[in-house]
Amino acid sequence: MKKRFEIFRYNPETDKKPYFKSYEVEVYEGMTLLDALNYIRWEIDGTLTYRRSCRSAICGSCAMKINGRTYLACKTQVIKDIKSDHIKVEPLPGYEIIKDLVVDMDNFFDKLKRTKPYHITHKAPPEKERLQSPEDFKFINEAADCILCGACVSACPSSWAGKDYLGPAALLKAYKFCADTRDEGADERLAIVNDKNGVWRCHYTANCMDACPKDIKITDYIARLRNMLVQNKL
Amino acid sequence: MEFEKIYHKYDVIIVGSGLAGERAALAAASSNLKTAVITKVYPTRSHSGGAQGGISAAIGNVDAEDNLETHMWDTVKGSDFLGDQDAIELFVEESIKTIYEYEHMGVPFSRLPNGKIAQRAFGGHTYRRACYSADKTGHVLLHTLYEQCVKHQVSFYNEFLVLSLMITDGQASGVVAWDLRNGGFHIFRTKAVLFATGGYGRAYKVTSNALSNTGDGLATVLEAGLPVEDLEFVQFHPTGYYRQGILVTEGARGEGGHLLNGEGERFMKKYAPEKMELGPRDLVARSIWTEILEGRGINGKDYVHIDLTHLGAEKIMERLPQIRDLAISFVGVDPIKAPIPIQPTAHYSMGGIPTNKRGEVVIDAQNSVMPGFYAAGEAACVSIHGANRLGTNSLQEASTFGRIAGNNMTEFARKTDFLPVDEEAVKRAEEKVKRLFENDGKTHHYHYKKELQETMYNKVWIFRNDKDLKEALSTVSSLEEDFLKNVRIDDKGLLFNLDMQEALEVHNLLTFSKIIIAGALNRKESRGAHFRTDFPKRDDKNWTKHTLAWRTPDGKTKFDYKPVVITKYQPTERKY
Ligand SMILES: Cc1cc2nc3c(=O)[nH]c(=O)nc-3n(C[C@H](O)[C@H](O)[C@H](O)COP(=O)(O)OP(=O)(O)OC[C@H]3O[C@@H](n4cnc5c(N)ncnc54)[C@H](O)[C@@H]3O)c2cc1C
Ligand code: FES
Repeated sequence: MKKRFEIFRYNPETDKKPYFKSYEVEVYEGMTLLDALNYIRWEIDGTLTYRRSCRSAICGSCAMKINGRTYLACKTQVIKDIKSDHIKVEPLPGYEIIKDLVVDMDNFFDKLKRTKPYHITHKAPPEKERLQSPEDFKFINEAADCILCGACVSACPSSWAGKDYLGPAALLKAYKFCADTRDEGADERLAIVNDKNGVWRCHYTANCMDACPKDIKITDYIARLRNMLVQNKL
Repeated sequence: MEFEKIYHKYDVIIVGSGLAGERAALAAASSNLKTAVITKVYPTRSHSGGAQGGISAAIGNVDAEDNLETHMWDTVKGSDFLGDQDAIELFVEESIKTIYEYEHMGVPFSRLPNGKIAQRAFGGHTYRRACYSADKTGHVLLHTLYEQCVKHQVSFYNEFLVLSLMITDGQASGVVAWDLRNGGFHIFRTKAVLFATGGYGRAYKVTSNALSNTGDGLATVLEAGLPVEDLEFVQFHPTGYYRQGILVTEGARGEGGHLLNGEGERFMKKYAPEKMELGPRDLVARSIWTEILEGRGINGKDYVHIDLTHLGAEKIMERLPQIRDLAISFVGVDPIKAPIPIQPTAHYSMGGIPTNKRGEVVIDAQNSVMPGFYAAGEAACVSIHGANRLGTNSLQEASTFGRIAGNNMTEFARKTDFLPVDEEAVKRAEEKVKRLFENDGKTHHYHYKKELQETMYNKVWIFRNDKDLKEALSTVSSLEEDFLKNVRIDDKGLLFNLDMQEALEVHNLLTFSKIIIAGALNRKESRGAHFRTDFPKRDDKNWTKHTLAWRTPDGKTKFDYKPVVITKYQPTERKY
């Protein structure tokens, strides 16, 4: 079976403006979109450019827009997941384009850094591990699944509207630390997210959850951050 | 063609942002040295994040009888007596500290009902000593270390490809890198440099490794005239998804998964009656391959099944959610309902850049140190894994020796000064890039990669023999020659040139793969992951030694050997 891939192309060094280029590929059961992109680049057109590394949905390199939906190329099967014979592939929306499907993620990582994204403690640690119950671990386990692929930010209307908005990924990270029973930096972090460009900018559209390839309930966690703020004030 | 050159100076330079690189960077940065990490992917995209199963340490949270002695013995035995016992002893001691240190950094570990870090069983380990976080252990460790590096203000050069190592007057003095995003050379001068560039699984067609695991560090070291150690030892993991090679973690067997052949038989009872599925990897991989070669694959094909269905939905969802997710996404099988088709996959690189147990790179059979040069993690060969690594010992190795090497390089950098630029190394890097831009070749680099990977899969795989290895050596040698003359890239731009990056990586694969093959050809015995059908026994008298290999200026390979460090345990037969 063949499918047609319409791929967004733009090399600022040579192209005046972006365009779509079409490639026909023989697809097979089990082929992922990343396999198809590799095939195109290796066998048809070596100039096609995108990011990839793990090809097992854990490194977060390959988020892109696939027939209108943001997802990981390595986790999308071209037959099972995409019924259409036409597959349109575009870079993650909302980021500046470097080349073809490669976008500039610096801003995304800079935002993470604004929320003090590291474990904060004031007490000297014990000799061995600190204890944490399996239930308390569960509070942070799912949030720790985040692979920083950027799909959530890309799908988030509040992020489109406000470029200073911390965005779902950074807030999720903040939640992960604030909800950790071992962490003592919640106050510092909550002060940062308690801002018009922090938790209050989320309008619970939940697009981020749809886009998240790890199925993390990001919006719920942002709501929990808000709750922490409210409780802190009481 | 002339490219821009930009110069930098840092107290220490670390190449690679996996666990080994980040842990070393943290050691240097928290001692207030000006520290830079150069990495070809964003730090959290490093291969370490793919590790699922766990990280070993004899902390005895589940099996209170566990102890350092047994962890050491398991590792020595697992290594098929090729591991250096002084390094292993240090490793098991320090690994306990590493786990508690990670916990104190905030790593979210899975927990026992009493609140302690949970531990599970892993192949080759006598006790349950794999600390884990669901099935994303490497991911949480990598992210936590990155967070700590951010906190300690490590400078990151993301998406920079290191092309050559600078050596000035016999001392490591920096690296030359290519800025992938913008194009152009960056010359980093430093007082101490550490390579943590990961493994070389991408020499094979079927592999669990990330696309970026192209052994760049090895090729770079060889081109600088330094040796590599024990490259012929490549671990084949028993369970990769059929065709893809993507890993089904050993945790699946640790949690009680069964291996079944085409006749529905739990065939491991023939090969390891006691340990069954939890025998060491080399043995399990060979058992599967034997079943396949003897026609007992599923429907006679080249795969068998791993069956988890009897574990039940709840256990699978709780302990192995990622595996389930991937099985559904990659092979369309829900392991709650049906067994998963699997085949062995090239997984771990035991060989690497030779170091001593301080993480200092050594450059001959007498273990002479190259001042200022360090290596750690999968790129290094210290060697604690010898001929076969035990699962969960490698995240631990990357972390523990990352710290040890990081501390030692910090100490070294404090008492040394910057050296002048090694112009030869700059020239080497420029030549590599210019060849690609200026060559009017006709063959796209992918052709070479494909040929190489097929050859390695067909002739340098789980079962090896003299004839296959000789053929492979000749194929790969001609591929390399041809590459230099005829290679073509389609993209000749400066911006994010992935085409060029991959061509450089293919060049690296060709450079060191010859040494895997030649080393395997020389080693006329079977030990750990290296199995010769024409020499099926371990030969302690002649081969209890490490391979050292150099690339001579005319592209030939030169070998030497150094003894294994044996302190406590004399080689005995390895039975499971
Ligand atoms: C699927 C899978 C599962 C695994 N599961 C486990 C497990 O459960 N337990 C366990 O102990 N081990 C496991 N392992 C092995 C373990 O993950 C690795 O051995 C370990 O993570 C290696 O870490 P590292 O820091 O040495 O290298 P890596 O994490 O591979 O990092 C290498 C770094 O080097 C950089 N780099 C490479 N070349 C260049 C260059 N030319 N220029 C610039 N940067 C460069 C890369 O960008 C990367 O940052 C697993 C491996 C695989 C493949
Ligand atoms: S390649 Fe790593 S997430 Fe897709």
